[in-house]
Amino acid sequence: MAAEQGQQHPLRTYLWIWLWLFIFSVGSYIVDISPLADMVKWSLITFFMLLKAGLIIAVFMHMVWERMSIVTAVLVPAGVLVFLMFMMIFEGYYILGTRLTFFST
Amino acid sequence: MSDTAQSGQPLPAGVDGLVHDWQADQQTFKGVPWAKSMMWIFLLSDTFIFACFLVGYMKVRITATEPWPDAAAVFALPAFGIDVPLLLIAIMTFILISSSGTMALAVKYGYERNRNKTFWLIIATAVLGASFVGLQIFEWYKLIDDGVRPWGNPFGAPQFGAAFFLITGFHGTHVTIGVIFLLIIAFKVRNGALEEERPGFLTKRRGRYEMVETVGLYWHFVDLVWVFIFAFFYLW
Repeated sequence: MAAEQGQQHPLRTYLWIWLWLFIFSVGSYIVDISPLADMVKWSLITFFMLLKAGLIIAVFMHMVWERMSIVTAVLVPAGVLVFLMFMMIFEGYYILGTRLTFFST
Repeated sequence: MSDTAQSGQPLPAGVDGLVHDWQADQQTFKGVPWAKSMMWIFLLSDTFIFACFLVGYMKVRITATEPWPDAAAVFALPAFGIDVPLLLIAIMTFILISSSGTMALAVKYGYERNRNKTFWLIIATAVLGASFVGLQIFEWYKLIDDGVRPWGNPFGAPQFGAAFFLITGFHGTHVTIGVIFLLIIAFKVRNGALEEERPGFLTKRRGRYEMVETVGLYWHFVDLVWVFIFAFFYLW
């Protein structure tokens, strides 16, 4: 809990997270150079990316020990960006379609 | 400082705590120094900036009618007699993760009032950060040498260069600023400015060990952004 003394956690926790971050980075690199392709490759890359991001936010940035008011104030607006991403994916493919229809020779 | 001490009553946790904190008259983010909650708010706004860049990159990549350059080939480096794909990027990723680890330990030893260890861990973080920027300068040099420009490149869709220079340039600037702040905090730790709560030369804020955690939050954020750039720009 965030008290007057600030965030104090055992050394072991940090070292374990550090190790896992290395392992996940190696994992995503192996996925990239492996013959895996398309959907399998992209989902594995995204999976490792989200794991790494989650560990950094949760432990290194102490988010799991913060009060819920600050957790929601930070994560909810950031989560809305996922919505933006999906809107832009749909619109992007629409634009690509119009370009292929009207500009291809 | 914190509301726990003022009221003398323990704060409720979880969802009850959420409702309790937001209906409070004076202060919503309880139990944290204001500078730390402000750092979180700043990082949230920075998240939006980087998200706009990454979503913009995604959009131009989807809509590009020419084939997108293959990052694994573009960023390959010759080593051991073969072209190792993404060699430089992999090294940069490991450097940044290492720096995140040393930073997390620096925050821990800061709260334990271990000045010597905190100082050297922050210095290690700053050195790793500076070498990251150095490798990035080398990467830019190599790509510019290969003919990559913001308006075109020999490998495929011209939007590649624009997205690359914008995103990695903005991230590199963040790392550079982070290194500068790390050095300032490191010397504050070393000369005892945090221990003795001496006011800073610019803001006149009293030194506190939470400053190490606050600059640490910024540093972890820079690493966090790299996680997304690494996945979306280089691996995807």
